[in-house]
Amino acid sequence: MKGMTIIVKTITKFLSPLIILFGVYIVLHGHLTPGGGFPGGVMIASCFILLTLAYGKEIAYKKLKRSTSSVIESLGVLIFLILALLGIFVGGYFFLNFLPLGHPLKIISAGIIPLCYIGVGLEVAGAIFAVFLALVLFKAGEEKEKPQ
Amino acid sequence: MNLIPLFIAVPLGVAFILALLGKFKEVVSDLLAALCTLSLAILSFVLIGQLKTHGIFVYTVGKWTPPWGINLVLDGLSLLMLIIINTVAFLVIIYSVSYMKKFTAKSRYYALFLLMLAGMNGVVLTGDFFNLFVFSEIAAISSYALVAFGVEAEELEASFKYMVMGSIASILILFSVGLLYGLTGSLNMADVGRMIQGRRNVLLSFSMTLFLAGFGLKAAVIPFHAWLPDAHPSAPAPISAMLSGVLIKALGVYALMRIFFNVFGMGLQLYWTFMILGCVSMIGGGLLALRQEDLKRLLAYSSISQIGYIILGLGCGNYWGIMGALFHLLNHASFKSLLFLNSGAVEYSTGTRKLEKMGGLSKVMPVTGATSTIASLSISGIPPFNGFWSKLFIIIGLIQAGHFVLAVITILASVLTLAYYLRMQRYAFFGELKEGLEKIKEAPFLMGFSVIVLAIICLGVGILFYPVMKIVLEPAVEVLQEGIRYSSLVLGG
Repeated sequence: MKGMTIIVKTITKFLSPLIILFGVYIVLHGHLTPGGGFPGGVMIASCFILLTLAYGKEIAYKKLKRSTSSVIESLGVLIFLILALLGIFVGGYFFLNFLPLGHPLKIISAGIIPLCYIGVGLEVAGAIFAVFLALVLFKAGEEKEKPQ
Repeated sequence: MNLIPLFIAVPLGVAFILALLGKFKEVVSDLLAALCTLSLAILSFVLIGQLKTHGIFVYTVGKWTPPWGINLVLDGLSLLMLIIINTVAFLVIIYSVSYMKKFTAKSRYYALFLLMLAGMNGVVLTGDFFNLFVFSEIAAISSYALVAFGVEAEELEASFKYMVMGSIASILILFSVGLLYGLTGSLNMADVGRMIQGRRNVLLSFSMTLFLAGFGLKAAVIPFHAWLPDAHPSAPAPISAMLSGVLIKALGVYALMRIFFNVFGMGLQLYWTFMILGCVSMIGGGLLALRQEDLKRLLAYSSISQIGYIILGLGCGNYWGIMGALFHLLNHASFKSLLFLNSGAVEYSTGTRKLEKMGGLSKVMPVTGATSTIASLSISGIPPFNGFWSKLFIIIGLIQAGHFVLAVITILASVLTLAYYLRMQRYAFFGELKEGLEKIKEAPFLMGFSVIVLAIICLGVGILFYPVMKIVLEPAVEVLQEGIRYSSLVLGG
């Protein structure tokens, strides 16, 4: 994959930071506004997918390798699980919301829920990009076989 | 008792740690996986005493009380399933240490395996319909990947077929959960059970039918069995043992028991449905197994037949029938995983699964030969092995309920079982040693270890059937006999 035309590349250059920023915003405001870890994670992943489509695999690989995305995915799950387990050690209940709840509609509120959303966001972003890369690689393998 | 969520959290956490540690030495992942499953197996045995002193235990996740939050319920039935699942999982992991050497990416194998384990433990512990669906999906999806682990054409095809059938089952289950949620406004099993008591309408019956088809598909009862003879033989042997020995029971039979006995409440029609389904799978699976040329395929058809026994015993509905069914569930987990592990050892040493290419293997593989003789005798119901007692109890239950014809059919099916296992023994392990097989060796030590432990379980449970019955099985039978009192037990009051 060589990438697309200069128009697409230029627009992608301007748009991709904004998309990531918006994804992060959705993840961090999961407990206040509609959205949360999953939609935000999908947006972050879609930004990397856009980069891959616009610039070709090689450039996108420099930004985020497949192994890195797998590591991010596992880390996301582990963050979520550790938060759930901390509930047992702090208050005796799995998934206990052990942090102070704070005031509604403040960014730092709702206890562990924003932290959980960060875990979910990492997990979803890593997983969806890894799935996309797996599909891309599979297709490239098919194309190589054809000329023989 | 506060440790119950660890049954879900520990395998889940270790699975993702193993996925992270993929590049490290294999020994690390071997050790981690074995330690994780060993600790869970020990924990499940520790809980026997706890359950006896404290009675049914309801764990509220995140301190949200039952009708609103998710609850985990530990009662006799869940504990029985936990013991079976985690013990077999530990032995299978020990076996995999040697067996999976020929595959690459062992740490991924362990990660998927532990994910499946987490899913199954979740299914048997949860007291919430949607949670049940999610955990059964976790277990099922990782099992699709594990069936295809060899990535040969045959395995991929079997996995695809399994995935299509499994997804259909999941859709039916999800649809049924949705219907129940629409009818009652609750997803908690105990709460739903309380609300639908005494209510009978078309939608409720429809939801029951969907559950029966969905979990019937997962349990591979005969009209829904088509995926099993492909999926179970194609998987690597330890996974076949896990799928046939545990997964179809945890996802299929356990869920059927819990939902129909404890939430909906059994009625005459349901008893008959269970008995007819059980009878058809018992006979059908046996007849299909009779002509199989592939060792693992024979075992897979035999699984269908043995699941038929369990369903038939449940359909009896009286004490001995249910006791026999649960005992057979425990026994089937021990001898069917033993047989599948042995078939793996045979494949490991001879490189074939075709019965006609084997012969006289007892001479060169004494451990495998002896243990598979024990397993074959157990599964065909020869005293003093464990299969004898469970089949006897099922027959006693059928006679007590007045179903004499079914009792005779059960005895005939047992003869059928003996027939195809003798055939398997005759072709594979007895008789003249075939040419070219003289030089093969017994499987490595670790594979032998778990096989021997399972054989000891087969024999030990058979001889000590009375203590096993009293300690492990009786509380589980009580849970099923209490029926819809489950909701008041869980919710209190």
